[in-house]
Amino acid sequence: MMQANTLTIEDTTETQNGTVLSVQDLRVWFELRRWGFGHAGSVRAVDGVSFDLGYGEAVAVVGESGCGKSTLMKAILGLHLPTEGDIVFEDTAISTLGSRRMQWYRSHVGYVQQDPFGALPPFFTVGRILEEPLIINGIKSSTERQERIRRALTEVKLTPVEEVTVKFPHMLSGGQQQRVVIARAMILQPKMIVADEPVSMLDASIRVEILKLMRALQLSHNLAVIYITHDLSTVRYFAERIFVMYAGQVVEKALVDDLLANPSHPYTHALLAATSDPDAANAETFREVPPGEPPSLVHPPTGCRFHPRCSHAISGLCDTQEPPEFDIETAHLSKCWLHR
Amino acid sequence: MKSLLRSLQQIRKYPSAIIGIVIITAMVLLALYTIATIPYSEAIRLWRGGEDVWGENPRLAGPAWYNLFLRQKQPTTLVLNSRDGAATKTVATSPTSSDAQDITLLFTFDYAYDGFPQELIVFLEAEYEQRPPHASLFWRTPDDREIRLGEFPVRRSETYRLALDSRLTRRLRSDRPEVALFADPDADSPTPLKGTYELEVHVHTFEADTDVEAKWVAYGQLHGLAGTDHRRRDLMVALMWGTPIALSFGLLAALGTTLTTMFIAAVGVWFGGWVDAIIQRITEVNMILPILPILIMVGTFYPQGRSIWVILGAVIALSIFGGAIKTFRAIFLQVKEAPYIEAARAYGASNSRIITLYLIPRILPVMIPSLVSGVPVYVFLEASLALLGLGDPVLPTWGKLIDNARAQGALHNGQYYWVLQPAVLLMVVGLAFAMVGFSLDRILNPRLRGL
Repeated sequence: MMQANTLTIEDTTETQNGTVLSVQDLRVWFELRRWGFGHAGSVRAVDGVSFDLGYGEAVAVVGESGCGKSTLMKAILGLHLPTEGDIVFEDTAISTLGSRRMQWYRSHVGYVQQDPFGALPPFFTVGRILEEPLIINGIKSSTERQERIRRALTEVKLTPVEEVTVKFPHMLSGGQQQRVVIARAMILQPKMIVADEPVSMLDASIRVEILKLMRALQLSHNLAVIYITHDLSTVRYFAERIFVMYAGQVVEKALVDDLLANPSHPYTHALLAATSDPDAANAETFREVPPGEPPSLVHPPTGCRFHPRCSHAISGLCDTQEPPEFDIETAHLSKCWLHR
Repeated sequence: MKSLLRSLQQIRKYPSAIIGIVIITAMVLLALYTIATIPYSEAIRLWRGGEDVWGENPRLAGPAWYNLFLRQKQPTTLVLNSRDGAATKTVATSPTSSDAQDITLLFTFDYAYDGFPQELIVFLEAEYEQRPPHASLFWRTPDDREIRLGEFPVRRSETYRLALDSRLTRRLRSDRPEVALFADPDADSPTPLKGTYELEVHVHTFEADTDVEAKWVAYGQLHGLAGTDHRRRDLMVALMWGTPIALSFGLLAALGTTLTTMFIAAVGVWFGGWVDAIIQRITEVNMILPILPILIMVGTFYPQGRSIWVILGAVIALSIFGGAIKTFRAIFLQVKEAPYIEAARAYGASNSRIITLYLIPRILPVMIPSLVSGVPVYVFLEASLALLGLGDPVLPTWGKLIDNARAQGALHNGQYYWVLQPAVLLMVVGLAFAMVGFSLDRILNPRLRGL
């Protein structure tokens, strides 16, 4: 009876509304060691990140290099263990999972990497590359594996399938390689895809195509997507919501159009100002760029982490107390004292 | 995997590799031929047998192909056995007694060499009830001299060594009847007289049904393809059997050490942390341990169990934590960071799957040349151990031939063939594997290409 109940509960979670992934006050710290054993502080790569992701929702995580986006992504993929906080996937906290349940979780999360050539083992053919996740996740029948490979390659528009499967990665173009990477992420029919700058290493001419392809797949399979990028100009193709990360924290969460039209956090302003835009007028205008460098993640600044570089910093407040997330309007949160 | 095979096909472009492969193939064929024609037990019998096996071989004879290069042709061994019909047998009834007979065995042979035989022996066998027959031997030279040799009763098995018959040496006025009997009496320095010789074995029997057979052996100065050693053993047996032993020892030791080393390095790199630290410390300690003294110790303490397979095991055990771990580790550390490994973890590949299917294929281009070049190292190690007297006590190997030759002072006595033949084989094997290994290194490690 109990079993039947749990089954029905699981079935209801399969419905396409609600939260697929919930990140709760996640902290990923890396311990620094002195002489191999002494404790010498920690790198706080991700320091208190919380958000919910619904089924079929695409969010973009933006921020400069070293802000912790990749660590956040790897923690979500289960490649880094959280130091504190948790990641909950469909009511299951993944940090408590044993290796078999972890396998189940991983089969529901696809991963699209930045460097398509590096992401594909050079000594396997495309067919073998796509077969690996299926073998690992226990699909015994070879005909079923071939059928799923065919379907995945057709979905990413790599046809004719027979010609593609026998090729090695170096025989494909960068765009084709990235399509194979996407097919591999899709082949286990995941509920969520983590894409780490999937187009930044591709030619500008094929970026839009790949983004459109991913968007189409997201809509047709009702996939949740975490799209990690430092390039705000590609976000609009893709995401509904956008998270801005700075020094291990999410400083602003908003719908994409809201954020682009009405950025509220001073760091978001700076990030938008730095976005390249092919406009001849830009050559003459001076952009306001925040002074200084991203802070040390071993000894982050007290209070608001952006305050040493912020032109609006309030002395006595921003440098002593960490700002909470303030609601500016619906679904628009900003971690800045200016909005108290 | 296919790309690896494809690049291996480039080996055709390297003449040195082709020569090496031809030599290795020839060696392998020789090894297979040896095992097929001289089975293990037969080889042991041929090598460790006794007089019955080596009785007809000369002592310390050079290989027969020496004659191709010598102006004065040296004799090879001549064996004439009356059982095989090599003697003319005449039986005459004795006039004195009805039971007695006179049996004459006449050996006739041509002698056309420029050197003297090494030794002359007549083996006689007689069947009788009570009274042994009596034999008297006569020697007839091409210039029609007749020389009386020994006279003696023939027991069931009689060996008559001409050089040990003191009456004969006195009569011939020479300590060396093999020289005196063949020498031209008119020459100043001893020169053999060429022509047809006759040896007459005259046997007087005293009982009816007594029968006598004789075997006449004139030991040569040269024997077989490889010569003989101090115990009349044919070196060819050892040279041939040394081939499969050297090849299998070298290949097994190289394979065993390379594969385990690679696997240990992969495990250390993949798990990192204290696993890696322990492996690295063991390797560092093991690298400063001298391998040869330890093997000598193993050989000294376990003389009974000192078969070649025990030595092989000890070699592999001492080499798996060798310096190659550092080389492999350096490459694995680089490969470990590849994005495809991260992807494999993300779709749930297990540790063992990542090590065997994702890490190890990347190291094959480095591993294969070092594996091939490693073979002669172990072939030489086995030879060195044999030379130190720590080889397998039963099997004939190349190293053991050199060891025997050294112990008998072969080089001081001019028996160069004894040392040079196994040494040349060792060098050829080393050269062949080195040539293939270097070419593979160039093919599989693109950075060396064009050098």
